Amino acid sequence: MSGVRVLIGTRKGAFIATSDEKREKWDISEPLFAGWEMYHLKGSPVDPDRIYASQSSGWFGQVIQRSDDGGKTWATPGSKPEDLVSPQGWPQGESNKFVYDGTPGTHQWYDGTQHPWEFKRVWHLEPSLSDPDTVYAGVEDAAMFKSTDAGKTWKELSGLRCHESGPKWQPGAGGMCLHTILIDPANHNRMFIAISAAGAFRTDDGGETWKPINRGLKSQFMPDPEAETGHCVHRIAFHPSKPDTLFMQKHWDVMRSDDAGDNWHEVSGNLPTDFGFPIDVHAHEPETIYVVPIKSDSEHFPIDGKLQVWRSRTGGNEWEALTKGLPQGNCYVNVLRDCMAVDTLDSCGVYFGTTGGQVFVSADSGDSWSAIAEHLPAVTSVEVQTLS
Amino acid sequence: MIRVQLPYHLRTLAKVEGEVEVEVEGVVTQRSILDALESKYPVLRGTIRNHGSVDRRPWLRFFACGQDLSHDPPGTVLPEAVANGTEPFIVLGAIAGG
Repeated sequence: MSGVRVLIGTRKGAFIATSDEKREKWDISEPLFAGWEMYHLKGSPVDPDRIYASQSSGWFGQVIQRSDDGGKTWATPGSKPEDLVSPQGWPQGESNKFVYDGTPGTHQWYDGTQHPWEFKRVWHLEPSLSDPDTVYAGVEDAAMFKSTDAGKTWKELSGLRCHESGPKWQPGAGGMCLHTILIDPANHNRMFIAISAAGAFRTDDGGETWKPINRGLKSQFMPDPEAETGHCVHRIAFHPSKPDTLFMQKHWDVMRSDDAGDNWHEVSGNLPTDFGFPIDVHAHEPETIYVVPIKSDSEHFPIDGKLQVWRSRTGGNEWEALTKGLPQGNCYVNVLRDCMAVDTLDSCGVYFGTTGGQVFVSADSGDSWSAIAEHLPAVTSVEVQTLS
Repeated sequence: MIRVQLPYHLRTLAKVEGEVEVEVEGVVTQRSILDALESKYPVLRGTIRNHGSVDRRPWLRFFACGQDLSHDPPGTVLPEAVANGTEPFIVLGAIAGG
């Protein structure tokens, strides 16, 4: 019998919710890594029992956790006795060692001055589509790292951070984070990433070199609103069958590209506000997309306290509000950028989590919603695994 | 035998309860204690001192014998009471958030 496993990251630990294909009754785990910020958990598409998790704290920094049994047990990669001593006799324990290549240099700070690049945390973990031991990490301050030994050691793909535009990148309110990594299923050397606030970038050579892909974006907070970089991209998404068609939730504006990011045009259409964080694509309908409109960048909550997902079945421009089962009054939560996911069951499930600790599911492509949980800590990420 | 007190989250990370004990050969300093601690519990590498610079993470403090040692050079010799195990070396998370 098929089912789903929902991986929920929160400000105070992680939770795993499981259900059968009906997605009506849920079992929710005890808190994992209780008290730690869990920015992201994601399973390998090759081996669903392999799950990577980013655990962090202002006090103790970054920790990477890995499960090889579907989340039942966890360990920091490389913590088996045979892993702990190098050929030179030194202890290893390097699964949390994210060190920039060379001299990191500087990027733009909030006040326009230059500021040293400083590693803070892993925002997003993206397992390889072909190898369960290979995983990419998007980090703050923005850079991309790669592990080919299941998270034991990490190496920066420094061609991104060392792009000539790097000194012009600046942090958004949440920090200068690399939060989105998309791997092209047809060509694993092609990847798309997004950084707040630098914009979107594409590599066609596995991460050695990167190209800004922001033509068509307009950001009024910049001296040149159409500059090549500096845009606050909140999230990008694609359907695996159409990886050249990208959808973007920018700080303001919902955008679309049909040429792998080379050119973008706005598809906000009739949305009540085009500010928001997550965006995702239906598992079986490449032109069906979802966003959660948020009132403004000064008021990070839904308009009139009504929590609504908006769906377009035309790839943008024409949108409809999805409200059945969602709170339609006195709801002043936010939905963060990594907090929406879809499953691949025949009737596509859509999931999202809120800063108010709610996790909602729709088992009918968004037509109706119910709560998986309502009283968790603030949700920072939601991923779903479809299990056969 | 050196006694080391760790904050709750580092005890759970290292899967230990209560104080931990480490052996230090030679002069007992912050650096030699933390080197020994990280050697015995490699999962703690990077959580007390940053990778690369091995600087103390900014939200952590080091105390012993009623003294704040956080800003002492890491090679400073620690009191004999720490070296002989009478007093613990304390790693403490700074209070933040109110």
